[in-house]
Amino acid sequence: MKTKTMATTSMLLATMVLAAACGSGSNNGSEGSSSGAPSSSSASPSGSPSGEASPSASAGASPSSSEKVTLKLMHLWPEASSAGQFKVVSQIIGEYEAAHPNVTIETEVLENEQYKSKLKVLSASNNLPDVGFTWAAGFMEPYVKGNMFEPLNDLLEGDLKDKFVAGTTEAYSFDGQTYALPVELNIVPVYYNKEIFAKYNLQPPQTLDDLKKIIQTLNDNKVTPITLGGKDAWTASFWYMYLADRLGGPDVLDKAVAGSDFSDPSLLEAAKEAQNLVDRKAFVKGFNGLSNDEAKAEFMNGKAAMYAMGTWEVPNFTTNPDVPQEFKDKVGFFKFPVAADGKSSVNNWVGGPGVGLFVSQNSKHKEEAKSFVDFFVQKWGEISVTDAGIIPATKVDTSAIKLPPLFIDLLNELNNASKVTLYLDVQMKPGAASEHYNLVQALLGKAITPEDFVKKQDAALKAGK
Amino acid sequence: MEKVMSNKRVIALYVLPSLLLLLGIVYVPIVLTGYYGLNDWDGIGKMTFIGLDNYARLLKDGVFWSSAGHSLLFALLSAVFLALYMAVALVLSGRIKGAQLLRKIYLIPMLLSSVAIAQLWLKIYHPTNGILNGLLESLGVEDTPDWLADPSIVLGALFVPILWQYAGFYILIYYAALKNIPASLTEAARIDGANSRQVALRIKLPLVREVVKVTIVLAVVGSLKYFDLIYVMTDGGPNQASEVMASYMYHKAFREFDYGYGSAIGFFLLLVCLVATWIIRRLTATKDPIQYS
Repeated sequence: MKTKTMATTSMLLATMVLAAACGSGSNNGSEGSSSGAPSSSSASPSGSPSGEASPSASAGASPSSSEKVTLKLMHLWPEASSAGQFKVVSQIIGEYEAAHPNVTIETEVLENEQYKSKLKVLSASNNLPDVGFTWAAGFMEPYVKGNMFEPLNDLLEGDLKDKFVAGTTEAYSFDGQTYALPVELNIVPVYYNKEIFAKYNLQPPQTLDDLKKIIQTLNDNKVTPITLGGKDAWTASFWYMYLADRLGGPDVLDKAVAGSDFSDPSLLEAAKEAQNLVDRKAFVKGFNGLSNDEAKAEFMNGKAAMYAMGTWEVPNFTTNPDVPQEFKDKVGFFKFPVAADGKSSVNNWVGGPGVGLFVSQNSKHKEEAKSFVDFFVQKWGEISVTDAGIIPATKVDTSAIKLPPLFIDLLNELNNASKVTLYLDVQMKPGAASEHYNLVQALLGKAITPEDFVKKQDAALKAGK
Repeated sequence: MEKVMSNKRVIALYVLPSLLLLLGIVYVPIVLTGYYGLNDWDGIGKMTFIGLDNYARLLKDGVFWSSAGHSLLFALLSAVFLALYMAVALVLSGRIKGAQLLRKIYLIPMLLSSVAIAQLWLKIYHPTNGILNGLLESLGVEDTPDWLADPSIVLGALFVPILWQYAGFYILIYYAALKNIPASLTEAARIDGANSRQVALRIKLPLVREVVKVTIVLAVVGSLKYFDLIYVMTDGGPNQASEVMASYMYHKAFREFDYGYGSAIGFFLLLVCLVATWIIRRLTATKDPIQYS
């Protein structure tokens, strides 16, 4: 009996310890989320830890310091789907850790959509990683307004002065402060399968009428003309954006978002034109139910002839060793065709800086984090193009590096670009962007009329959310 | 030992860990969600107290009501399907050959994670390469449906894998309950001349009534707050045609930074679930519990 009691008590004790650990853990968790509001309403509490951290930060600057620092980095390039980027990131981390033996960098990798969600969830509980990636403009605005990101102007004025391509950091600036540093610059060409085009005697289209003829020919021969992952509505938005640009001129979309006014007649025309393409069976069957990856597979399998996507896909068509060379040789690109009487030029692109690096306002190791960002941006600018085929937002000396021809061509197009219109969903505030996704899906799914499309988009912009 | 167990302090010690966990993980967040629902908050910046404005907005929000309609339809369907599961369990619990194997086959979907099931069914529903459309084409159907892209059928297409996912769970519960019925009762009935149908309907079903009640609540409440397969397979799309309450809440809170409104939806969802539970309890209440033994 006595031993039994002993056993029971010791078990009890163990349970208590466990419970205490769990209890305090969950308490911390809920406190974290509840304190999200108060701490951000007064920016100083989140500022004060940085005051405490500054001694350690200055110590971190001197390499002799042996204080161990662990930086958390979250990025969006899983090894399986973005091998090139993943490798470059790992390499940069490796080099940085070698140069700063006291710093360990922990990474968490999530695919695009999950990354976006997780970032929001973490920010709600004030748990952002020390360093992470954000999208520009509308996407990051709530984070900036909520004092989640640290201004990085000192880096821009220091080591990174004049390193960026002109006009790339502006999309990350609010009230003269730059809160993230871009690592990518992308435009959206239409890739096409040269073999399919050759088989049916087709030339890359110059005008929308050409494009419609191509669609007709391909449909007559039971080839999917264009693959599109409408479930990820931002890909469908490319098509609407290009049509709006080609019909309404290079400023029509920027003006619409800036002025919260979607009433320009060419925006309605573009919506009609988009449905016209759907009526002509331009897009792959069931596109509104396909994710971008599923849609891409149709192009990679050679089943679909065209695919409009950002230049971040170029590695898959040039350097990615997992893609067979015979497919890579088939891929070409063309600039989105112009409308016969349109006001725009073929050298206007949809695109913009992609993701940029931010440093969390709450980071306990801000100096190290900033130094890492500085290092990352420079290193990335040196190796991303050659190693991963990604156009960095920093200036690239094209004469000094060797690149696949498709890549050089696109890089030259970028140099000749007369205007790059930033993605609509990035330009808009989150509420309006979300409505834009729904509306584009509905438009292409013919669930609403073009008139309702512009009316509802107008209302969503005016709601100011 | 008995002394230890009857000591109030010891009882408190045993209860405390799970109580703390439950409080921290379930009840505190519920209260907080209720509070957030009364605020205009983007999840990051400053909160502004706006009273019941979010709920007023909710009542006028057409998309919310259509998603609530989808959830209710789904809850109803899963409750109706329980009858089918009971039928399967009745057959399995009888002395038929291969019952063991069949039981395992029915249970397998439950062992898969939701995401795996979603991926599986995405492949089945794929508009051009999918098994389903392949089958239809080989049967000569010209214009095969776009299962997940057509707003008029997407909901039905989603219900199938969800019902399939949980079928095994309910069949197993019913099977266990039916196996628990003392053989003496069914044998006595048979000796009195009852046939199999009578044994099933008059003896077995009344005896597992309490279990049925619980499963109805589980199925209805589970369906009302269902999220995972829908999130992975359609993300509420196309154009919100397959949005349910939980996915709408998620979209508002985490896609549109409307955390306050999202919390209001979440709290409303909780109330709906509580009311549904209460109604089911009332509807299935029995005056005199059956006692056969």
